[in-house]
Amino acid sequence: MFEDTIAAISTAIGESGIALIRMSGSRSEEILQAAFSPHSPTQAIQKKESHRLLLGWIIDANGVKLDEVLVSLMRAPHSYTGETVAEINCHGGYQATTACLNRCLELGARLALPGEFTQRAFLNGRLDITQAEALMEIIHAKSQKGLSIAVEQLHGRLRIKLEEIEDLFTQLQGMILASMDFPDDVGDLDESEARTIIHRIQQEFDRLVRISDQTDIYRNGVQLVICGKPNVGKSSLLNYLLNQEKAIVTNIPGTTRDVIEDFIHIQGIPVKIMDTAGIRETDETVEKIGVQKTFDAISQADVRIFLVDAESGITEEDRQIAQILQGKPNVLLFVNKMDTSHPQITESDLYGPFAEFQHLFGSVRSGIGIEALESAIVQFVQQEQLMQDDLEIITNVRQKQLLKKCCAQIREIENLLNDASLDCLAVEVDTALLYLGQLSGRDLAEETLDRIFRDFCIGK
Amino acid sequence: MFYTAGTYDVIVVGGGHAGCEAALAAARMGCKTLLLTLNITDVALMPCNPSIGGPAKAQLVREIDALGGEMAKNIDKTNIQMRMINTGKGPAVQSLRAQADKQEYQNEMRRTLFTQENLDVAMAEAETILLENQKIQGVTTKTGAVYSSRALVLTTGTFLKGRIIIGDLAYPGGPGNQFPSLHLSDSLVDLGLTIGRFKTGTPPRIDRKTVDFSKMIEQKGDPEPLTFSFISPKPQREQLSCWLTHSNPQTHRIVLDNLDRAPLFTGVIQGKGPRYCPSFEDKVVRFSHKNEHQLFVEPEGRETDEMYVQGLNTSLPEDVQLQVLRSIAGLEHVRMIRTGYAIEYDYVLPYQLKRSLETRAIPGLFTAGQINGTSGYEEAAAQGLIAGINAAQYALGREPFILKRSEAYIGVLIDDLVSKNLDEPYRLLTSRAEYRLLLRQDNADLRLTEKGRALGLVDDERWNFYQAKKERLEDCRQQLKTTFAFPSDPTIDALLKEKNSSPLHERISLWNLLQRPEINLEDYQNHNLFACEDEQVVEQLQIQSKYEGYIHKQEEQVRHFEKMENRMLPTDLDYDAILGLANEARQRLKEVRPESIGQAFRLAGVNPADIQVLLIELEKRRRKKS
Repeated sequence: MFEDTIAAISTAIGESGIALIRMSGSRSEEILQAAFSPHSPTQAIQKKESHRLLLGWIIDANGVKLDEVLVSLMRAPHSYTGETVAEINCHGGYQATTACLNRCLELGARLALPGEFTQRAFLNGRLDITQAEALMEIIHAKSQKGLSIAVEQLHGRLRIKLEEIEDLFTQLQGMILASMDFPDDVGDLDESEARTIIHRIQQEFDRLVRISDQTDIYRNGVQLVICGKPNVGKSSLLNYLLNQEKAIVTNIPGTTRDVIEDFIHIQGIPVKIMDTAGIRETDETVEKIGVQKTFDAISQADVRIFLVDAESGITEEDRQIAQILQGKPNVLLFVNKMDTSHPQITESDLYGPFAEFQHLFGSVRSGIGIEALESAIVQFVQQEQLMQDDLEIITNVRQKQLLKKCCAQIREIENLLNDASLDCLAVEVDTALLYLGQLSGRDLAEETLDRIFRDFCIGK
Repeated sequence: MFYTAGTYDVIVVGGGHAGCEAALAAARMGCKTLLLTLNITDVALMPCNPSIGGPAKAQLVREIDALGGEMAKNIDKTNIQMRMINTGKGPAVQSLRAQADKQEYQNEMRRTLFTQENLDVAMAEAETILLENQKIQGVTTKTGAVYSSRALVLTTGTFLKGRIIIGDLAYPGGPGNQFPSLHLSDSLVDLGLTIGRFKTGTPPRIDRKTVDFSKMIEQKGDPEPLTFSFISPKPQREQLSCWLTHSNPQTHRIVLDNLDRAPLFTGVIQGKGPRYCPSFEDKVVRFSHKNEHQLFVEPEGRETDEMYVQGLNTSLPEDVQLQVLRSIAGLEHVRMIRTGYAIEYDYVLPYQLKRSLETRAIPGLFTAGQINGTSGYEEAAAQGLIAGINAAQYALGREPFILKRSEAYIGVLIDDLVSKNLDEPYRLLTSRAEYRLLLRQDNADLRLTEKGRALGLVDDERWNFYQAKKERLEDCRQQLKTTFAFPSDPTIDALLKEKNSSPLHERISLWNLLQRPEINLEDYQNHNLFACEDEQVVEQLQIQSKYEGYIHKQEEQVRHFEKMENRMLPTDLDYDAILGLANEARQRLKEVRPESIGQAFRLAGVNPADIQVLLIELEKRRRKKS
């Protein structure tokens, strides 16, 4: 475990404008290569090249851009730790930073322990002994603190849920191991019983993942993008929601050039609103950047509000935007300016590409339909009714990563139940127990043995 | 009056399964060796169940064999039944189990001891361990003999302050009503070792002539029995059957009515017993919802009428034992030959040992077997072999021989012993071996024969056999990997059709085709695609190809494991002086003194942060040296 590639966010999260993610270990280059998409070929990571700043994006497995970043690769041994180090400078918000970090973890890095970069630096001869001694104290202090946080985190529903899952898992592994070690007493594995337990574990996991996604919304907020043709009232809506003049509101098309971000709270959920420049073909270079950003914002957002203008009626531009939004989840069509004397849009106009969107009629200027709009937003992101206790479920990056690994493992186990022999199945369940044990900090292998003697009457 | 009785390289105290392996190994490695036993007629005694092998234990026996030990060959010569169990659960947990002719087993082992070069056997009770400069100097006996030696191996089983308990009766005694060893454990305490107390038990034995087998289910041996040893000849002997019967509600009522006379429940028994081998009264109380428990009636040999009642291990009073027996189907008129009993005994807390089984406190002093808190003949023999090897290595001034968890079940056993806090007698289980897909009974020779040869334990006969097998295996493997099956080949088509296997779309090696669950090497042999007479080689090829993916996965895990395992921790590390260790970890590290970072990480209470601190400490020391 001390030879692998580690990753961590090296700056205080959420505060600064730019956050730094650092990776160290032999696989750093490979992981960075897979996660990074350069702006242009000149910005690609070159073989043998080191210590150069490159511009591009961190992309997910499907090539979707997660954040625009500056990256650099410091090849071993010329780095802080003496190993190959990759650094990713991303935008400081929680969302962007954790998304980038998660991508590195997905590709095989492990979350670093407190002080682990410095420790590696020392082990590789990059620090002297006095520095190392100071480091030992830091490790100690941090791990003590980290430990108490970890223990505190495991309370409420998560702990109970985990205990239920652990119980099912040790029961399953107990059945398998008992059949292996005590065949005279236990006989063959009851496969249908094993399958029932596996399904129950899957159900529990699914629910846990759903809840953790839900609570993520409360912790990290929802991204909302407002789109529509120029001057349809996007900034007015933004301002209405913000109750403050952040964006410049004029009636000259194209004056909101940048994506303006801010947080509001809708029914307790933090919502990050991304206002966009108007989407239309343009030759103006400044605006071109703005338009590109709008496309990115639309694909990144959790909820998309699409404004159309009742005064002008549905135009060609609206139809173009509708096509961009087609197939995307959580689109709310808001027909604005319904307080005009002769509204040009009725239900019957919302056909074709518009038909698939949920829609509302109203007016930002008069505050009509805004409440319904807010409720619709909450409904989009919160498909499951949460209990008060659920909010206590903390799912930090590490826990979520382990949860995902457990889920994947239980799927694997289900697939193997028919085909694999018992000895192989046991090895897969061992792996799941290992992840689960890391989640709760308990040695489940020992507990499984206890379980065998509790559940089965064994003895010569 | 003391007198000088002899000088040896290695002395082994105790002639049980551990002692026999230890003495034979040391002598075979060229050391002048003495085996001291309380009773020469009782060497290699099986005081409890009459069987050897089974899950995890069969792996141990095969490993002992591959390293040049004796247990496998001995049981191959003296068994009365052989069965492969766990078939269909995968090669990693499939295991051979033998029913032994107990008397014959002992006779055969005694013969081997007496014919072994460099080995003397003497009957005496060892009493005091002699030291010179905190190192082993020798041992004295009750009758005044002083034997000196460089290394001493204690394999005293359950004899140390042994106490037999039957109902309200309790008296000092060893297993099978032998004399206990009353003074040796005091000598160990004097040397500074910490002693604990465990309990175990055995069922009553009954007279074959009084059993009605018509009311029981027969359990026969395999029609084509296999052997434990890789080099034993094919067995030719007639096999005896075991018999299955069950307890019933009336049996359980008798137990419950007499709990006030059961020493387990009245507090007479203090030592902690094993959960995997509970007494019958314990099973009745804890699993009160069960209306019956399985009982196997097993012969103890060809020349005796004694039969063992597996599952009825008890320390109830004798009259209750008889009532219990007679309530069982087939035993209505049974006569009891030996009474079941519980035994309490002293053991050495094994965290005081190195992985060589040498005590940390006294250089040259080794312990093996039940004295280390284990149970089982096989566990004892495995430790005996390792202790004997390392006593010889010590006497010869060589480096200790250590097997890792990734190399052998023996490695798992010893690592668990020295790293874990035992709270019951330790039994090896396949579930304890994380790399069990690699540590199979079928490949023990491939894993360990070369190590045994390097130690001087593998004789030419075994070595030549091994090399020939290995060569054949490699040849056949290459042949399968380089011979291809083509989609249009009529032979292949016929084979696939016959086995209900989907047709080929592109060429595929015979090796890869073998990975289909429905295809076996036999099918190749039947269609003249492949020929191999060697059954051991055929078995290996089959397993290696079918489990290739899993085997690779575990090999990868082992590579990670070994990196940590190969980072050794100095034995003189002052854990109190290391800043940054958590208190619980510091305590545990001081107690166990792990030999590697890997072992340290397995200790309960040692966290990743503590490991980081240790790594930094290691680097500090390295730099100070250079």
